[in-house]
Amino acid sequence: MRAAITILALAAIASVPLWLRDPYLLNALITTGIFIIAAMSLNLLLGFTGQLSLGHIAFFGIGAYVSALTSLGFDIGLPGGFRLVHEPWPPIAGLALAILVAGLCGYFVGLLSFRVRGAYFVIVTISFAEVVRLVALNWVELTQGPLALTNIPSIAIGLPGLGELTLRTKLQNYYLVLAVAVVAYLLIARLVHSHFGRAMRGLMENETLAVSVGIDVTKTLTLAAVISAAIAGAAGSLYAHYIRIIDPEVFAFINTVTMVIMVISGGKGSLAGPVVGGLIFGLLPVVLRPIMAPEAQWIAYGGVLIVILFVLPRGIVPSLAQRFAKRKRQAATVAPVAFSERAKEPA
Amino acid sequence: MTSRAIALDVEQVAVRFGGLVALSDMNFTVGEGEIVSLIGPNGAGKTTAFNVMTGFLDPAHGKVSYRGATLNGLKPHQIADLGLIRTFQRTSVFPNDTVYDNLLIGLHRQGRVGLFEAILGLPRGRASERRLRERAAELVEWVGLERRAHDPAGSLSYGEQRLVGVALALAAEPSMLLLDEPVSGMNASETHTFVELIRNIRDRGVTILLVEHDMPMVMSVSDRIVVLNYGRIIAEGPPDAIRNDPDVIEAYLGQGAARA
Repeated sequence: MRAAITILALAAIASVPLWLRDPYLLNALITTGIFIIAAMSLNLLLGFTGQLSLGHIAFFGIGAYVSALTSLGFDIGLPGGFRLVHEPWPPIAGLALAILVAGLCGYFVGLLSFRVRGAYFVIVTISFAEVVRLVALNWVELTQGPLALTNIPSIAIGLPGLGELTLRTKLQNYYLVLAVAVVAYLLIARLVHSHFGRAMRGLMENETLAVSVGIDVTKTLTLAAVISAAIAGAAGSLYAHYIRIIDPEVFAFINTVTMVIMVISGGKGSLAGPVVGGLIFGLLPVVLRPIMAPEAQWIAYGGVLIVILFVLPRGIVPSLAQRFAKRKRQAATVAPVAFSERAKEPA
Repeated sequence: MTSRAIALDVEQVAVRFGGLVALSDMNFTVGEGEIVSLIGPNGAGKTTAFNVMTGFLDPAHGKVSYRGATLNGLKPHQIADLGLIRTFQRTSVFPNDTVYDNLLIGLHRQGRVGLFEAILGLPRGRASERRLRERAAELVEWVGLERRAHDPAGSLSYGEQRLVGVALALAAEPSMLLLDEPVSGMNASETHTFVELIRNIRDRGVTILLVEHDMPMVMSVSDRIVVLNYGRIIAEGPPDAIRNDPDVIEAYLGQGAARA
């Protein structure tokens, strides 16, 4: 049943470019898809370990810049008169490096802040994102600062027998983003259903008990932070090579807020949550644009969020799943409930 | 008793909270395969002693060792890795997970596989997962909660949650189990079942240290009893000796009763 829904949904999403030719809408879908990948990575931390990263856009932005700089090359002066020159590499190497560097940043941020956790983690992540934004803004020699990195090449993939295929069109990028999203989804799903995911859940629910059965807090949370940051970095790399221009505005706090909204409205701690929330809030501006003035759009955006959280407080996916489960139980099992009530009394 | 090898060794342990002396100069040992109870009036320092032994609290002074390894400075999960597992007085389950999933979390120590094996679903990872599921089902059956296996642990009765707590501790494959007031809040028949369970666990070769208020239960199950009062050990010995020890009677009932 569940697998059938997943396959149907995936087929529907994959078929979109076949009947939708409007480039504006296709563009909106691609950027939404990229944000959904980032939201999924945020959900791994927020929904499965309970740690709120309010600077998650930093990992996304780092991925974008690393990937862009890898494929554009750079030439910078270092203290002591040395120069560091990097010749352009293929964008696919940029994607790999983006994942690696973002993951490494996740490791250090996690290691630093998980000693204290909770509010401290929130503060460390916000500060981290702000520091990275200031670096991107002020290290003009490397990042061009507010002038932005331009002419970032599109991702090219080598196909055996066919040579290089450069993904320039929206159609190609749509499928690239979809493929990365599916891989990220499967990776997160496998992780949270494994031994590692159970350790995360245990820590979130009852940390004292979790450590008493041998779960290592620092190791578990750092692992979640590394994988989460690496996926966000991959999303950032896709963004850089699709939009083909990035400036320090990519690190804006509002982008993190958008991800948090996607996760919370869709349902944190549910695998499909960020996808559903992401589709709604990624495409809402597109739907509202023709019918509302820009100011009114933001009000409507907020209104939709409030209505969702009011009607489905745990987020769309978990709330609906719970309702279905309840209805099923009411329909089928009156007797076993009474039975388990009796089971409370010891023999 | 003297012929047993020493499992847990507590030497001159002292704990202070600010000016309050919670434990002072505590010395005792627990032999392999023994059931020892730690008793004393409320506030005597029993739970504090537990917290020191399991790494949740650092002692101000003294040393705790288990099977020759010093525990001072180790984190709780590292102590758990040595096979020293505890249960808790209150929060004893993962409330939002089913009983079965609780035990899967408890089986953490048995389920360690590499990250890639888990993510890629390699055969070794899958085999390990299958073993864990079998073991979790066994444990559910062993504490007699099959009917509640797929209910959230938080929805169980208090007595049932205590059983889940013990099953969780057993899932971690302890060589020594520390039980913090396991039968508080249980009725007489639940307590009786629980005593059988403890004996059963010991017969599997697990050493047991018990903190408990229920005197009939302590007297019936223990090989040896250690009595704490105001952070100090006031008596130690087999149940019969403790029952008649004037210091113990005084600690529990007051001076008048001891003289009478």
